[in-house]
Amino acid sequence: MVAGTIIYALINSFILALMAIGFNLTFGISGVANFAYGAFYVLAAYVSWILLNLLEFPYPVSAVISILFTVILGALMYRFVLLRVRGQPVSEVIATFGIGLSILELFRYLGFIGFEYTMPVFIDKSFFFFGTYVDMQRILIVIIGLCLIIFLWFFTHHTSLGLAFRGIAQDERTALTFGMDSDRIATLSVSFGAGLAAVASTIIIPLGTISVGEGYDVLIKALAVCIIGGLGSTGGVILASFLIGFAERFTDSYIGSHWTMIVSLAAILIVLIIKPSGLFGKQKELEERI
Amino acid sequence: MKKRKERIDRGIKVRSEDIFALCSIREMLYLSTPRLLPIVGCLVLPLVLGIYWQRVLLSVAVFALLAISWDILVQSSMVSLGQALFFGMGAYSAGVLNHYLGLSPFFTIPLATVIGGFMCTALLLPVLRLRGIYFAMVTLIIPLMLTRVIEATKIFGGTEGISGLTPLPSRWLELYLVLAVLLAALFGFRRMMDSDYGLVLKGINDNDRSVMNAGINIYWFKIQALFISSSIGAFAGALMTHVYMFVGMPVFALDYSILPIAAAVVGGPGTLAGATLGAFILVPLSEALRGVGGLRIVFYGLFLVIFVVALPEGIFHYIRRKYLQFERWVEVEK
Repeated sequence: MVAGTIIYALINSFILALMAIGFNLTFGISGVANFAYGAFYVLAAYVSWILLNLLEFPYPVSAVISILFTVILGALMYRFVLLRVRGQPVSEVIATFGIGLSILELFRYLGFIGFEYTMPVFIDKSFFFFGTYVDMQRILIVIIGLCLIIFLWFFTHHTSLGLAFRGIAQDERTALTFGMDSDRIATLSVSFGAGLAAVASTIIIPLGTISVGEGYDVLIKALAVCIIGGLGSTGGVILASFLIGFAERFTDSYIGSHWTMIVSLAAILIVLIIKPSGLFGKQKELEERI
Repeated sequence: MKKRKERIDRGIKVRSEDIFALCSIREMLYLSTPRLLPIVGCLVLPLVLGIYWQRVLLSVAVFALLAISWDILVQSSMVSLGQALFFGMGAYSAGVLNHYLGLSPFFTIPLATVIGGFMCTALLLPVLRLRGIYFAMVTLIIPLMLTRVIEATKIFGGTEGISGLTPLPSRWLELYLVLAVLLAALFGFRRMMDSDYGLVLKGINDNDRSVMNAGINIYWFKIQALFISSSIGAFAGALMTHVYMFVGMPVFALDYSILPIAAAVVGGPGTLAGATLGAFILVPLSEALRGVGGLRIVFYGLFLVIFVVALPEGIFHYIRRKYLQFERWVEVEK
């Protein structure tokens, strides 16, 4: 029982980390809190579903197309909407929230609700660990999540584009004097963030159904993880997703499934009260927050 | 006869920059029309509208109140994405007082206004130090959390809610009550934001550090602004509870958070009149769009984006500028 709970908590943590990492990337680099993040997550899943079931593309092709589509949409959103309100956090939040709302409610209006909106798992197999069955998809989530985190770390520390990302994140003006185009980098950061949302949805959605409500849930979870970990700090995000992941799974097993969401939301409030910059937040973020 | 153009406001402005030294009835009308228009409108509209559109007017007024409450918060540097919290707190307070204690609506509505205001302020007190999007995130989360809490603990009727509450004696009373409160809130809080007190609140928004430097406790002022704003929202919620004779989880729905923001953004933030104007445009529009059902929220989302990007000042500021630049033809003096 306990071993099973721990295994599922671990998987849940990776799911949370996958959900939050794109939001965190965008915010950490360009300072844009992308409130359309959850909508991109659901959008990618629906696009992939439409390609797979209505146009009958092969599964890998439809997944790749849906990810590319989201990446492009993220770039377009930055180029045509966010660029004009850059530097006004409130307008950015309202604009992205409006976009997210439109996308999600459009799907609700078009009738994309129901149990037939599911994606097949990648490999239909399950393993037996410490008295618990774990299916292949969940193991893939852990593997891909690990790979993605390592890849992102490598990308931001050892490629010139990744270094430019970090440069802009540290000090935009100084980065500009070194010839880094902050608008181009910010466009890329928003589109990469959207792309990561799509990647996360491609891996995670086969576990459940695609639903509009999922969009809001993912946004809330990404916010929860990022606030607790300290926005913009990758280490903090990973730690926070483990904290919430374990807390959620244990409340689910021992208290009741109704309380899982409340645990993460209460965690946000407590962290914000005690340490407003988040667990790994730096002094600079503290100034922004208080 | 040669004509030249003359700006109406110029003469008034030349004679007195701030003090209104009005020379004619026409000038008085020019200045008072924009102020009288909403008052006369609110008094006359219920009489000429049918029952259906009276209901629409009621929800216009409720959303206008929520938008005003949003605008006051924004002017004091707190951006909220969860007006539903204020609305829902007021609604649940009124519902509980009415259902469990059996108080009449004439007691529950004022009580719920104050209690709801206090509870929202207390809930947001710990995060009052947060700025910008961090505060916005928390306000987005709290109403969602409250619905989950109600769902999990099954308090106050749980997912079913409490129904069969006492309605107000007549629909005229509820309509004129909410319109009177709307007008009082609009003009009263506009005046408040122009006073020294409001200046401090606006100062917190512009530069909180320098307000702190002036020896003012900004948190105390923020608490007061939060209480004022949440009381307005709670009043709207309490009234709607008695109109619908029901309170339940839908009071924390996203509609009550999004529509007020959309109204304030479309109308023009910073003047409470803009928020009211926005509600008077958006709510009837959404009634007209009732046929398209869920697509309404899509339109709100798009409205938000378009106005934030293309007309960030909002309709009210635009109209106001144009009104102050009205020109007329006058004869050239020999």
